[in-house]
Amino acid sequence: MPAVRFVLICLGLILVWQAVVWLTSVPAFILPGPAETVLALWRKGPLLVHHAGITLLEISAGLVLGAVFGAFSALIMTASGTLKRWLLPVLVMSQAVPVFALAPLLVLWLGYGPASKIAMAVLIIFFPVTAAFYDGLRSTDPEWLDLARVMDARPRAVLYHIRIPAALPAFASGLRVAAAVAPIGAVVGEWVGSSSGLGFYMLHANARMQTDLMFAALALLVVMALSLYFFVDWSMRRVVYWQQTEIQEVEQ
Amino acid sequence: MTHFQDPPGILLDNVGFEFGGTALFSGLDFVIPGGQWTCLLGPSGCGKSTLLRLISGSLGSNFSGSIRFDRGFSRKNLTAWMSQKDLLLPWLTVQSNAMLGARLRGEATEERRQRAAALLEAAGLKGYLDAYPAALSGGMRQRVALVRTLMEDRPVILMDEPFSALDALTRLKLQDLALELLQGATVLLVTHDPYEALRLGHRIQVMAGRPARIRPPLTPPGSPPRRLDESEVAALHTRLFENLKSGEG
Repeated sequence: MPAVRFVLICLGLILVWQAVVWLTSVPAFILPGPAETVLALWRKGPLLVHHAGITLLEISAGLVLGAVFGAFSALIMTASGTLKRWLLPVLVMSQAVPVFALAPLLVLWLGYGPASKIAMAVLIIFFPVTAAFYDGLRSTDPEWLDLARVMDARPRAVLYHIRIPAALPAFASGLRVAAAVAPIGAVVGEWVGSSSGLGFYMLHANARMQTDLMFAALALLVVMALSLYFFVDWSMRRVVYWQQTEIQEVEQ
Repeated sequence: MTHFQDPPGILLDNVGFEFGGTALFSGLDFVIPGGQWTCLLGPSGCGKSTLLRLISGSLGSNFSGSIRFDRGFSRKNLTAWMSQKDLLLPWLTVQSNAMLGARLRGEATEERRQRAAALLEAAGLKGYLDAYPAALSGGMRQRVALVRTLMEDRPVILMDEPFSALDALTRLKLQDLALELLQGATVLLVTHDPYEALRLGHRIQVMAGRPARIRPPLTPPGSPPRRLDESEVAALHTRLFENLKSGEG
């Protein structure tokens, strides 16, 4: 049923798009319709796929690195109160710096290649993952911790067997947010300075008034971003398998 | 199945606890004898759960007076805890939950696994060893919690209203199972239900008032599980109720 609903929503949006094109009869170089976009996709397929591959690589690398760094810093702050007191303000301050304003600097420092885009994605992803996971690690049910204490548990075992698994659902929601915003980082990076990737391709097409190609690139980006989100969502459901069954229980 | 050899009693000497500047209880002076079920009965909010947590050590040492185990036993590796919430970890199977203590101490061995399996079967959970807690009913989950408590092999068992979230029939069954499996251990059971105290306790301690104090112990005739339709027990029930009511005033 959700899959059917999703297809229906997509079809509905395409219909609205087509309707706007018909009703306003704007020229195609301002707003190309779905048919023109598909045609452009078909015409420039291999080239678009090439650029999409690069963008996807940047997004995925950014997501993986951002998630790893985020999880790591959340663990560090949980393990050591001193580190937390020094690290947390730095993290909050870092969020006051607009990441988009950093993009030109990152390109200057890391070059036109994928590295600056990956760094951009990491910067965007890092905070939601850290914040969500840290919050999850902090809010372990105190009764579980009491039980562990009475059991004379080793602190590391408590972290490994109780606190981390208990925080995984929070980590998963952080990662879902990260998956949704990761493409922004990569594309903004590409806009600022690059020689490949969908963001670069869109700028390029825009300069030549090839609006249909812009739309084709955009459509591809949307498909990629959605696939990434659904993939992350699907894998996180497997990671926190017990939540799944709990929800099913409630629904039954 | 489980043998508790000469478990220690608990000695409370002038124990008091303050919460936010007001005394929750003070001057608690009593003995919990070893190898018996003692029921600590009191109205909600009188501090009986807090007292239990003081004994378990999970509240640290922010109290006055002293709590000791007799014959010089120290608390380490001595107590096991069971509460109203089953506290099962939803990401572990029933069997893994039952051996949580061993896992947390790095002592999970094949022998422990087999023991957990045997105890779970004795508790009527055969066929559920690999199930996750979400698939179990409240009564079954609490049985897993009971097995987890047993697996600790601790001579002193501290129970915080472990049966109160269950329906009446499940509660009776689980009480019987607990009595059978914890035979010979030092059990301190906190409850607000006079019937439960009368059914299970070798000895009943009533805690009431503000700040709460402890009344002289009550030793009902016969041995648990008691039938509650005997006139003597029924009379005690009335007396306990009176006790609780007067304590609230």
